[in-house]
Amino acid sequence: MSIRKILLAAAAATLLAAPASAATFRYAFQGDLNALDPYTLNETFTLGALGNVMEGLTKRDKDLKIIPGLAERWETSDDGRRWRFYLRRNVKFHDGSPFTADDVIFSAERAQADGSQIKSRLPDKFKIEKVDDHTVDFVMPEPNPILHYEWDTWYIFSKPWADKVGATKPQSATATSLNAWALTANGTGPFKLESHQPGVKTVFKPNPDWWGKPEHNLTEVIFTTIKSDATRVAALLSGEIDMMDPVPVQDIERIKSSPNVTVMTGPELRTIFLNMDSFRDELLYSNVKGKNPFKDARVRKAFYQAIDIEAIKSRVMRGNSAPSSILISPLLFSRAAEIKRHPYDVEASKKLLAEAGYPNGFEVTMDCPNDRYVNDEAICQAVAAMLARANVKVQLNAQPKAKYFEKAGPTAKYDSSFNLLGWTPGSFDSWNVLGNITHCRDASGKGGQFNYGGYCNPKVDALADKILVESDTAKRDAMILEAFKIVHEEAGIIPLHQQTLAWGVSKKTKIVQRADNQILLYWVNKE
Amino acid sequence: MLSFLIRRLVEAVFVLLTVALLAFVLFRFVGDPVNQMVGQDTSLEDRLKLREQLGLNDPVPVQFGRFVWKAAQFDFGLSYQLKQPVLGMIAERLPATLEVALAAAVFAIAVGIPMGVYTGIHRNSWLSRLFLTISLVGISLPTFLIGILLIYIFAVTLGVLPSFGRGEVVKIGWWSTGLLTMSGLKALVLPAITLGLFQMTLVTRLVRSEMLEVLRTDYIRFARARGLPNRAIHFRHALRNTLVPVITIIGLQVGALIAFAIITETVFQWPGMGLLFIQSVQQADIPVMSAYLMLVAVLFVGINVAVDMLYAAVDPRIRVVAGSA
Repeated sequence: MSIRKILLAAAAATLLAAPASAATFRYAFQGDLNALDPYTLNETFTLGALGNVMEGLTKRDKDLKIIPGLAERWETSDDGRRWRFYLRRNVKFHDGSPFTADDVIFSAERAQADGSQIKSRLPDKFKIEKVDDHTVDFVMPEPNPILHYEWDTWYIFSKPWADKVGATKPQSATATSLNAWALTANGTGPFKLESHQPGVKTVFKPNPDWWGKPEHNLTEVIFTTIKSDATRVAALLSGEIDMMDPVPVQDIERIKSSPNVTVMTGPELRTIFLNMDSFRDELLYSNVKGKNPFKDARVRKAFYQAIDIEAIKSRVMRGNSAPSSILISPLLFSRAAEIKRHPYDVEASKKLLAEAGYPNGFEVTMDCPNDRYVNDEAICQAVAAMLARANVKVQLNAQPKAKYFEKAGPTAKYDSSFNLLGWTPGSFDSWNVLGNITHCRDASGKGGQFNYGGYCNPKVDALADKILVESDTAKRDAMILEAFKIVHEEAGIIPLHQQTLAWGVSKKTKIVQRADNQILLYWVNKE
Repeated sequence: MLSFLIRRLVEAVFVLLTVALLAFVLFRFVGDPVNQMVGQDTSLEDRLKLREQLGLNDPVPVQFGRFVWKAAQFDFGLSYQLKQPVLGMIAERLPATLEVALAAAVFAIAVGIPMGVYTGIHRNSWLSRLFLTISLVGISLPTFLIGILLIYIFAVTLGVLPSFGRGEVVKIGWWSTGLLTMSGLKALVLPAITLGLFQMTLVTRLVRSEMLEVLRTDYIRFARARGLPNRAIHFRHALRNTLVPVITIIGLQVGALIAFAIITETVFQWPGMGLLFIQSVQQADIPVMSAYLMLVAVLFVGINVAVDMLYAAVDPRIRVVAGSA
């Protein structure tokens, strides 16, 4: 054939070759997607990714408000003990089986089974009753206004499918059999899981039979893990991925100044705070013998006021944090602004220490994770330096999270005197904080597992018990405010700030950033 | 010969047991695996129950004995994080690591030997000096820096090579290879260079110093006196004599390449064993860590035994000594 003909044929072939789909969305995260059983892993990223494939009875919208999911509507009985959920009709799972009340009942049992990490999604004592194929009742001994608050990540399994593939129990940590179904996902959601190779690539495709109206324009989604921060930034800059999370704070400006990509920042729900051991009679890691300085509220307040949170925000977090006065994000508690942080005042801090009997300060060791929260170690270093100005010498012990949580947490009976922790209430509600972080506990952690400092005030606990069963929102919020005020006045725990989310996004992609850091594909649009 | 082999194997078993013991002792200090496995909302009772189930509360000798007994049957248990058999996971990731290690070795040899020969022959030319400077850079820059630099130049600025991943892979039976696809080959280039740069420098300098020495010997001078062309002198005679130590070094280095591709795999998100290992360290996933360490120990012990056997096979003097001992 002549050269001309060959060239023409090649050109024609190139034109006719199917172009790369413009609506393929590629994204990367620093963590992995491993086993795809949403009951054995209570972790935001996995639950968020699975939230595209599976759905719960309720969902949350772009502002975290609760909206109907697989339940169209629900009503509570007058005494608050019986909730009736009307399930959506004509919904099918990806394998074709129809969604009915049996699936909800099965999922509730599965969530309570051994090996499930999401037992707390459902109340301690409840009964579930099937009224008909599309109506389910939850009956509880006590009213529970926040029953459904975490149901947006309690995904409904298909009972016939689970029976078929052997997924009737959550994957146990000590299982001796390989669960092949844990690499697949069968749900009712707007996306289907097409393939999943843990640590390599996960591919999603849209579900054409989804019951809702799609708000995205994607034809394919590819997820990859990229652990190394620098590589992830490079992949975004080179256009190999369209979105990545998180952007390390020092790279935010770099990405913003690049022509094709930008950084979306927004508030995150995680609050970072400092715990002081007020449980023991003598601190384990301090030079004060015979008594515990942290039992004195003046010492705690002195520590609080020695910390310049604005400096931490501007220097350590480079503006990417929101100083907080309470232990929960203001997005989740409407009256948060009524409590103001104790002012930064080193002189007042020294005076309080002198009043408490420590005119020359004292020494204490601080424990800190170095790979868990944004700039955690840097924050601790800043806090240590600031406390030094108030004559408190802090010895900093920063460790990787696997070791840190072992030491400072319940496993080693809270073997720490002063440490840093971060918390996002899974239910997006204050009771979660009052039950886990400020609740009185015993030496082994029973009562308040994540109350690392052992702070205890029975008045706060009494309020928490009432808050749990109060259905009137105004009364409830007033009690929550009172509880947080008590903790604030006696500086039981020192809140620092809420972190900021930083997502690197290509300018050709529109995505919704929700404060809980879930990456939801059904709101992504690509040009 | 046989007694030599048996003796080496017995020594190998002792080495493996020592490695297992050291690894095991170390694992008491890596942190709490249970906290990495469960969610925030898991109750204290469930966490304690999990510790019981995993056998983490048993006394240390019992745990060690259990581990060795199972390891002898090639059962390294289930990964705490992925809940899959560890050996299967490692086997799945093995092809990726082996491919990048082999590609790095090929790069090191293919570039290192010619560079070494050139700098050996033309000792003082400016090109030689350039090559030696480049090789110095290869030794002094840390691997992750080289990797990120290459990514920045080739992936971000020029956009010709991918910055992460392995590209499309083709499965041939149990082995997954990236060598049969264009994207796989493109993805192999930067990691292979990053991993192999150190080896290449080593080979260059080794070949160069060997060449310098060999070129001074009498038989080379006599060959020149005989009027042989330079090419024959340099390659057929000189180079062959320099290759023996080079091959030894490269052989041992391949073991290091496989075992320590960790950093390269982390930078390039290369789905190999090294990345698996670093993840398991962060998550205190003890079964994976112990299996990996045992595998690396077996690898090095195996290579050493093989090299020793090779010496015995090649050098008659060693054979005689061994036979009479």
